[in-house]
Amino acid sequence: MAVHFSVNDRPVSTDVDPNTMLVWVLREHLQLTGTKFSCGTGVCGACTVHLDGQAVHSCVLPVSAVVDKSVTTIEGLSEDNSHPLQQAWIDEQVPQCGYCQSGQIMQAATLLESNESPTRQEIVSHMDGNLCRCGTYGRIICAIERAAAEGKS
Amino acid sequence: MNSSKATKLTRRTVLKAGAGVTFAVALGQIVPVSADTKAGAATGQTSIGAWVTIGTDGEILIYGPAAEMGQGSMTALPVILAEEMDADWSMVRIEHSPIEPEIYGRGAWGGSRRMITVGSQAVRGYYQILRLAGAQIRKVVLQAAAEHWGVPVHELSTEPSVVVHADSGRRISYGEIVEVAKLPEHLPDVDESDLKLVEDFRVIGHSVPRHDVPGKVDGSAEYSIDVHVPGMVYGMVERSPVHNGRPIAYNKSAIRGMDGVITTVRLEYGIGVVADSVQAVMKAKAALDIDWEKGAEADAFNSDESLAAYVTVPGSGQVQPRSIVQKGDARAAIERAEKQYQADFLADHVYHAQMEPLNAVVSVSKAGDSAEAWVGTQATSSARSAIADTLGIDFDRVDFHPCYLGGGFGRRSNSDYVVEATLLSNAVKRPVKLIWSREDDLKYGQFRPMCLQRLEAGVNENGDVTAWTHCVVGDGGGLLASGIEIPFYEIPNQSIEMCSVRHGMRLKHWRAVGHGFNKFAIEAFVDEIADDLGVDPYLFRRKLLRNSPRALNVLDTVAEMSNWSSGAPHDHARGISFAERSGSLAAGVAEISVDRESGEIRVHKFWCAVDGGIIIQPDNAVAQIEGAIVTGLSSVLFERISVEDGLVQQSNFTDYRMMRMSETPEIEVRFIESEAAPSGLGEPGVPVTGGAVANAFATLTGKRIRHLPFSSDRVRAVLG
Repeated sequence: MAVHFSVNDRPVSTDVDPNTMLVWVLREHLQLTGTKFSCGTGVCGACTVHLDGQAVHSCVLPVSAVVDKSVTTIEGLSEDNSHPLQQAWIDEQVPQCGYCQSGQIMQAATLLESNESPTRQEIVSHMDGNLCRCGTYGRIICAIERAAAEGKS
Repeated sequence: MNSSKATKLTRRTVLKAGAGVTFAVALGQIVPVSADTKAGAATGQTSIGAWVTIGTDGEILIYGPAAEMGQGSMTALPVILAEEMDADWSMVRIEHSPIEPEIYGRGAWGGSRRMITVGSQAVRGYYQILRLAGAQIRKVVLQAAAEHWGVPVHELSTEPSVVVHADSGRRISYGEIVEVAKLPEHLPDVDESDLKLVEDFRVIGHSVPRHDVPGKVDGSAEYSIDVHVPGMVYGMVERSPVHNGRPIAYNKSAIRGMDGVITTVRLEYGIGVVADSVQAVMKAKAALDIDWEKGAEADAFNSDESLAAYVTVPGSGQVQPRSIVQKGDARAAIERAEKQYQADFLADHVYHAQMEPLNAVVSVSKAGDSAEAWVGTQATSSARSAIADTLGIDFDRVDFHPCYLGGGFGRRSNSDYVVEATLLSNAVKRPVKLIWSREDDLKYGQFRPMCLQRLEAGVNENGDVTAWTHCVVGDGGGLLASGIEIPFYEIPNQSIEMCSVRHGMRLKHWRAVGHGFNKFAIEAFVDEIADDLGVDPYLFRRKLLRNSPRALNVLDTVAEMSNWSSGAPHDHARGISFAERSGSLAAGVAEISVDRESGEIRVHKFWCAVDGGIIIQPDNAVAQIEGAIVTGLSSVLFERISVEDGLVQQSNFTDYRMMRMSETPEIEVRFIESEAAPSGLGEPGVPVTGGAVANAFATLTGKRIRHLPFSSDRVRAVLG
């Protein structure tokens, strides 16, 4: 069955079992592999993308649920790593293995959309669903604070 | 001995071709010369590859030989080489080296060269080799410039990527030299006298940004799970619910008749399915109905019961202990000591939980006589060998593409998943992307072994520890012995041993291996003795470390950082610990509080001082210690794999709890200034966590907690 939706502001149509989770459609059908598969149960955040501007776990979202909606992945966050969060992530040298970081950045982006100067507590509670096995949490906080500060200046 | 082969292997050749020059440098000075070793049998020059290519445009391509799993070696190793060749770092481009162990491997483990990134060994293992290689290239460039200008080479010096003749004011860039100069046929000899002084380092110690970071921020960094090959299909394996169990029969025809299923493959310990989409392969895997053979070694294994039974093992004669350290007569010394101490410590299994589940893409040719593979692995050369061995073809017939690893932590130095992908691809002669689900990755994991540790000590009337015994009981062989020695503690009589039992579970190195549980037990026990003697635990350790200035410095530094003598705020308490790992020394202080209702321990702050010798990439080194502390604390507070009737009881992050951002303490790291050769930094943050938290807990509550992890139920039980 052909499923129509938009990814990174481009219309896409893909012929796929509608029960297929969005993460696999993005990764294997559309080759947008920045969105990662990790837990498959929506508890680690590695697969986080935006659905109509909201952060969602694409590993538990059947593609049938995104018909005619707009999905943004890490590839669509900016053309050239220029999003303030991406810049801050580089400045703070956040990633280690890097596998969770697309999800971390996508999750953080929805925070700054709604709150341009979050407190540390607001950052932590917004980000707490995203696991990082390498233990980069401290740097993630610093990077979000940096991006927020640079956004204001 | 075949000397002509040895000569060929040690020959360093400079190749000038096209728009640049390639320095073909055999790695290291030690080349196996015996014709009957694997390395010696390799053909001479053809197996020598390139480390560095200088383009006429000045670009310097440096190959990195280590797996990149987040530890930063892909940047740190080229930094070392660039330093000695005096390269302009902004002109350096990094690529992963080919997987040719005779050239890029290190000659550990009995002489055969391997490319393997484990045990925090990359920087310390390659440091001297890459410095000499860099110095050699710099020497060639200087000589070429000297000939070009007709001046003596000793009048020349280098600045980053430029040769300078101070007397005449002439300057020539490395790229220009490549274009105009004559280059020697062979690289000159170099030795330590050709190396830079530490104070002249321009790149080492200056924290250049990591090569892999930009791609990990825009999603373009390629992990093997991201690889897409034309014609690729998907594979999964339903593995035995009991480790190492065997399938007898399964609903083969039903599965093969499912939509999208291409074939099924019987493996030793499971059934593989290949299908044309991820969705189809997942459905087929879920529909598998497999009869498993009874009698796997782990069939009746119950982890809690077995762990409880370990208490009867030490000294009982049930198991012949393997001696690790025997010094003086510890038993006799304990008996005549003024005070005797004994305590048992326990640890449960823990799981690697790397964020990228295991996977690999392997494409076996139609004829089955060659293969191409894309793999994220810590053991690149072993993985390439494993594919060749599985197919019965030569190593050279496997085209191997190393990918980024979404975490390794010791799990990805085994090639089990690479062999599986090879078998599935061989069955269909098409490229197969093998994917382990998170549940697969956890349930068929290879865990850090559970264990019991019995420690005993004797203390004389002066308060000196005169005798120490330590017996670790568990499965896992040498994994249990890692970190059990106390080389920095001044104790004259020591008896350290291991009692091995078997349960048939799959076990493996896990970040810092046995140091996690051994250093916890050692440091908690030291604290118990200090507490009983009424001596401050920091000062007590100072006395034990009195003959090791480096260790004392690390301990003193963490005491200063944490302002140890001032104590903790109300309702908080601090604990201290010390550990050596991978040649580095570390000391940690944890500040915690406890919610007595819920039993949750909260770590508010962690200070860590580390002596890691010369620090190649200081900011990244801090990140490694920070990360290891988070992983260590996660294992200390939360992580637990339990097994009932051979079945792993956890399945995903829902029931395998790991540290989250809200539970992470503020972390402060400081490195001791040093001119010693670098030591490992990926792991030393782990072993200092257990003791520091346990000791803080005792200070806060007056109770000792002796079973990892310190989960809330255990905390409540201890507090009564």
